[in-house]
Amino acid sequence: MGRIVLDQVTKSFGDVTVIPPLDLTIEDGEFAVFVGPSGCGKSTLLRLIAGLEDVTSGAIRIDGQDATDIVPAKRGLAMVFQSYALYPHMSVRKNIAFPLRMAGMDRAEQDRRVDLAASVLNLTDYLERRPGQLSGGQRQRVAIGRAIVREPAAFLFDEPLSNLDAALRMGMRLEISELHKRLETTMIYVTHDQVEAMTMADKIVVLRAGHIEQVGSPLDLYRAPRNLFVAGFIGSPKMNLIAGAEAAKHDAHTIGVRPEHITVSATDGEWSGVVAVSEHLGSDTFFHVHDTGLADTITVRADGEVGFRHGDRIHMTPRADVIHRFDEQGLRIA
Amino acid sequence: MATKASRTAARLMLAPAVILLLGWMMVPLTMTVIFSFKRYLPMRGGDLGWVGFENYVRFVNSSAFWPAVQSTLMIVGGVLLITVVLGVLLAILLDQPMWGQGIVRILVIAPFFVMPTVSALVWKNMFMDPVNGLFAHLWRFFGATPVSWLSEASMPSIILIVSWQWLPFATLILLTAIQSLDSEQLEAAEMDGASPLSRFIYITLPHLARAITIVVLIQTIFLLAIFAEIFVTTQGAFGTRTLTYLIFQRVLESQNVGLGSAGGVYAIILANILALFLMRIVGKNLDR
Ligand SMILES: Nc1ncnc2c1ncn2[C@@H]1O[C@H](COP(=O)(O)OP(=O)(O)OP(=O)(O)O)[C@@H](O)[C@H]1O
Ligand SMILES: [Mg+2]
Repeated sequence: MGRIVLDQVTKSFGDVTVIPPLDLTIEDGEFAVFVGPSGCGKSTLLRLIAGLEDVTSGAIRIDGQDATDIVPAKRGLAMVFQSYALYPHMSVRKNIAFPLRMAGMDRAEQDRRVDLAASVLNLTDYLERRPGQLSGGQRQRVAIGRAIVREPAAFLFDEPLSNLDAALRMGMRLEISELHKRLETTMIYVTHDQVEAMTMADKIVVLRAGHIEQVGSPLDLYRAPRNLFVAGFIGSPKMNLIAGAEAAKHDAHTIGVRPEHITVSATDGEWSGVVAVSEHLGSDTFFHVHDTGLADTITVRADGEVGFRHGDRIHMTPRADVIHRFDEQGLRIA
Repeated sequence: MATKASRTAARLMLAPAVILLLGWMMVPLTMTVIFSFKRYLPMRGGDLGWVGFENYVRFVNSSAFWPAVQSTLMIVGGVLLITVVLGVLLAILLDQPMWGQGIVRILVIAPFFVMPTVSALVWKNMFMDPVNGLFAHLWRFFGATPVSWLSEASMPSIILIVSWQWLPFATLILLTAIQSLDSEQLEAAEMDGASPLSRFIYITLPHLARAITIVVLIQTIFLLAIFAEIFVTTQGAFGTRTLTYLIFQRVLESQNVGLGSAGGVYAIILANILALFLMRIVGKNLDR
C-alpha cells in the first residue's frame, strides 16, 4: 500500500522558496519519475516525502494518513541515495539487515529476508564483503537490497544510476523496472536521464523551479506537451521550436516539430537549409541544419543510411499531423 | 621520484637531516645504555667502573619500582579514558551548528596552548589550594570541608590536570573526523529506523574508530613522559611517582646516574611494549 498525496506542500530554506504550493498524487503501485533541470527541487521534494526535511506548510498523506509530522522511520518508506550511503564498516549482509535489526526482528527472520533479497539482486556471493570491496553496480544493488528487505510502502530513488557507466546503467534500469513489476510497490524516482524517465515511468512529473509543469504518462508528455518548457524538455534530441511567419501560417505564436517528424530530401521540400553537423549513430543520423530562415538550428532525424555531409543543402518537410502549436504564453493550442 | 637519478638526488638531499636526527637520537640512547652498566655517582666519586646488570636488578628490586609502573599506567589510562570519552562528546557538540561556533571552538582548543608547568601551577594554586582555591570556596559555600586535593586525592587531581591539557587535542582530531562523516549515511540510518543513540553506536562511533586509535597512540607516547605536572604539584609524593619521575629522582636527587639510566632503559621497554600493543590495534582498524 503506498498512495502518496502532497497537499499544498511548500518548502523554504530561510528566505528562499524552493517549492511553492504544490499538489501531487502518486497512486499505489505507480512508478513516478520526477524530472527537471538541475536545482529545480527534485531532491528536495523527495526528501520532503521521506521526512528528511520538514515541510514549511501543507500536508503529506501516505495511504490516507497524515504523515506530515511523522519521523522518517515511521513513514514506511525506503530511500536509495545517489551516493548509495552504505555503512562502510559493515559487511553487505549487515548492511542489508540493518533496518531489520533496528526494528528488533529476530535473527532467523532477518537472515531469511536478507538471503531472499540477495538472491533477487544477485548478491549472494558478496554477502560477507564490505562495501569498499564492491563495484559501483554491486553497491547500488546493496543499497536497493537494504530498501527491499523492509518491505516498504514506497521506494524513493534519488538519481540512483547517475554514478554508473552507460552499460551498467542500462542493466540496472531494467533490473529496477523488473523489480517494480514484481513487487508492485509504489516507486518515486528522480532522474536527469530522458531515457530512464521515458522507459521506466508510469507517470512523469516535470518540474521547473519547484512548479509542476505537467504530469502524465511518458507518451502523453511526448505527444501533447502542455507548454513550451515541457515540449523542449521531453524528447531527445529536443523539439525544434519555430516562431514568426512560419508559425503564423499555422495560427500559432510558436510551433514545435520533433526532429523525428521531419523528412529530408536532396531535391525538394517545404523548408531548406545547409547541414552544419551530421551525427551518424549507425541506426539514425541527426542533421543540425543552419540557414533555414526559421530558427538558428533545425535538428532532423533521418535513417542511418542517409548520407548528407557538412555544407550540403538539404530540403525538409514536417509531418503536418504532428505539428505542436503554442500561443503567446507558451501554452499548447489544442 | 620515478627515475634513478632523482632518487639518488633525493637520498643525498635527505642525508643531512637523517644523519642529524639519528645522531640526536642515538647519542643520548647510547649514553643511557652505557651509563646503565656503570656505577656512576657524579658527587661521590664519579665513574666507579662497570658493574654489569647490578643497576637493573637494583632498580627493579627497589620498593618504588612497581608502584611507579602502576601509577604511570594509571595516569596514562585515566587520561586516555577521560579525553577520548569527553573528546567524542565535545566533538559531536561542536559539530552542531550553533551561534558563536568559531569562538567556542577556539575556547575549547585554548588549553592546549598553555604550557604544562603553567597549567599545573594554575590548577594547584587557583583551583585546588585547600584554603584559597576556588574548589575550597565552592565546598565551603555548600557547607562541606574543603578537600586538600593534591594530598588526599592526588592521583585523580593529576589525571584531571593532564586531561584538561589533552582534551583539546583529542577533541580537535575527533572533530575533523566527525566532519568527514557522510551525512547521507546518517540519513539512511535514520530512514532505516535507527534512534539517535543507535546512529551514534552503529554509524558515528565506527567512523571515529580510526581517529580514536590515532588519538590514543599519540597521547600515550606523550603521557608516558609527563613530568612538569608532577614536579610542580606533588613532587612525586602521595602515590603519584611515575616511572619518569622515579628516574628523575634517582639521577638528580640521589645523584645516581647509573641507576637512573637503567630506569630509563626500562621506560623505553615499557613504551615499546605499549606502542607495539597499540600499533596492533591501529593496524586492525586500518585494514577495515
Ligand atoms: N539545505 C539547503 N539550504 C538552502 N538551500 C537549499 C538546501 N537544499 C537545497 N537548496 C536549494 O534548493 C534548490 C533545489 O535543490 P534540489 O537539491 O532539490 O535540486 P535538484 O532538483 O535535486 O537538483 P539536481 O538535479 O542538481 O540534483 C536549489 O536551488 C538548492 O540550492
Ligand atoms: Mg538532486
